[in-house]
Amino acid sequence: MSHSQDRPGFWTRLSNPGQFLIWSRPLVVPLVVVTAAVFLVGLWFALVNSPEDYQMGDTVRIMYIHVPTAWLSQFVYAVMAVSAIGTLVWRHPMADVSMKAAAPLGATFTALALYTGSLWGRPTWGTFWEWDGRMTSTLVLLLIYLGIIALWRAFEDPLRGARMVAILTLVGAINIPIVKFSVDWWATLHQPASVLRADGPTMPGSILTPLLIMFGAFTLLFIVLHLVGMRTEVRRRRIASLERRLAQRGA
Amino acid sequence: MRRAFAAIIVRDIRLALRAGSDALTLVLFFVMIGIVVPFAIGPDRVLLAQLAPAIVWIAAFLASLIGIDRVFRDDFEDGTLMLLRHGTLPMELVVLAKLIVHWLLTAFPLILATPVLAVLLAMDPGALWRTVISLILGTPGLAALGAIGAGITVSLRRGGLVAPVLVLPFAIPILIFGVGAIASGIGPDLTGSARLLLAAISLMLVAIAPFAAALAVRAGED
Amino acid sequence: MTLRQDLRRLSLCATGLSGARGERILFANLDLKAEAGTALLLRGANGAGKTTLLLMLYGAIRPLAGQIVWSGQDPEGPPFIHLFGHRAAVRARLAVLETLNFWRDANGGTKDCVEALERVGLGGLGSLDAGYLSAGQTRRLSLARLLVAPRPVWLLDEPTAALDPDGDRLVGELMAEHLAAGGLIIAATHLPLAFVGTSSEIRLDG
Repeated sequence: MSHSQDRPGFWTRLSNPGQFLIWSRPLVVPLVVVTAAVFLVGLWFALVNSPEDYQMGDTVRIMYIHVPTAWLSQFVYAVMAVSAIGTLVWRHPMADVSMKAAAPLGATFTALALYTGSLWGRPTWGTFWEWDGRMTSTLVLLLIYLGIIALWRAFEDPLRGARMVAILTLVGAINIPIVKFSVDWWATLHQPASVLRADGPTMPGSILTPLLIMFGAFTLLFIVLHLVGMRTEVRRRRIASLERRLAQRGA
Repeated sequence: MRRAFAAIIVRDIRLALRAGSDALTLVLFFVMIGIVVPFAIGPDRVLLAQLAPAIVWIAAFLASLIGIDRVFRDDFEDGTLMLLRHGTLPMELVVLAKLIVHWLLTAFPLILATPVLAVLLAMDPGALWRTVISLILGTPGLAALGAIGAGITVSLRRGGLVAPVLVLPFAIPILIFGVGAIASGIGPDLTGSARLLLAAISLMLVAIAPFAAALAVRAGED
Repeated sequence: MTLRQDLRRLSLCATGLSGARGERILFANLDLKAEAGTALLLRGANGAGKTTLLLMLYGAIRPLAGQIVWSGQDPEGPPFIHLFGHRAAVRARLAVLETLNFWRDANGGTKDCVEALERVGLGGLGSLDAGYLSAGQTRRLSLARLLVAPRPVWLLDEPTAALDPDGDRLVGELMAEHLAAGGLIIAATHLPLAFVGTSSEIRLDG
């Protein structure tokens, strides 16, 4: 066995934290503007230019927030899982930063999806909470996000923390489909008739268009927030390292 | 290789048995939940029998979360894991050995104690049999999740508190199919398929755990 | 037939090693060379990075930069490094002999454990609970671990810490024997080590 290590590689230099701060800087403002514009259009469609549901009335408009946040709750986890591979395989510092910035966003979107779901549930099902398969697995996803955030906070050394979080995230990526499947199984076992069925592709265009625009708007929102969060995290680490160096010089 | 594997298992079991009554305490905890629950919901035998599978599984669930921290903690702190990096066994197999010991010490005694709970909770023999089977199938998965949680938190001094929180959401499928493999309520009998799914999940977790936990244990020293 | 791992003569060549603890750079661009049958002594004050360097050679810590190359080993063979450090990996409630037996089996050794205990001066204590050993005796037990499973490379971290003069002599003898048999020793110490054999020194200055 000969253990030889060589670093830093091409990858690391290509997007090292300093370079990242430089190239991402001019992206922030345009992205914010685009996101705001798409949101304006989407909200106008969603609130004004789309029909009421013949059964649910205006409450159907909650869907335009609920469905995109529910989608993001899973998309953000996928982003974290890909970053986790970057952390474990390439030990890429930006992958650590990406994971760390994504976790609170994922938790927030998941919480929003649950909150809007429960607001929607009140007039539709007559209760704020129903142990419906989809709501339940979203709740479990929220618990997983909170566990990941707790693990981040438990480590003082961000490098070691990143690797542990990455392992947990990947174990989670394997497990989440199982959780989802088992919860569905459980929900159908206990309540044979599904409470809510989204009509999926048969949705009329008048609902589908605003929904797709809102999907785009929320995804852009995540991208902006993730980018800004990553920039903040890189700078936070720099400040921490400067402070430590200063303390050592003083000592 | 086989000698080293056996050496780890023998050493860990010796240490655990001599270190006093950890396994016994767990069994006590497990049985106590069965004793306490009737005080909470009343001595209604029909109701108890109906809830028994859920109570047994929740008790096993909690008992298995309690023991997580012991899996790697002591060996990490006294340098044993550091030296085992250059033992003849790859770290993955070290973890597998520890996983087996963990199961033998935390889950196996509970399975042996299940008949006591069955009597207290008015289970009929058929339900007891199904409960034992479902515990045998499901607890290796719980132990594997525990080993992953223990590996991830091994370098944290207060990992004992974090690990159960990390592991719990992932253990939900085991709880669902574990209870599903016992209960035969109204509707079609799904205990058979639940049993198969439970076994599948357990096998998968036992297969993943050595790699995930070994990765975490190695990273913990760096 | 390939030569058994523990009979091989290994040499170490490390180039451009850099190590850090947290943010602090402990050493940078360090070159190490050691041949079979010689000892390399790492000198330096507390906190100079001696232990970090040893753990790097052990493979537990990744260097920030640089390469570590062991040559002469059988790449398919069993592990070839022994680490003798601050943490003895000796546990209370396991007898002295049981502890040593465990390490022999875990490390794939074949030597007699009772003999090794005699050698390190713990003869007759085999059935004692290892938790009752003094600090120095625990070190001796840990030292016996290196004897029951022979390996060509010893990484020693302050090998004489907690030992009495008699124990110092023992460490010196064992090191000399190991070198004479063609072993390679890398020892971190700030005390003079008394042993017979060729050695070179490298100084780490924080």
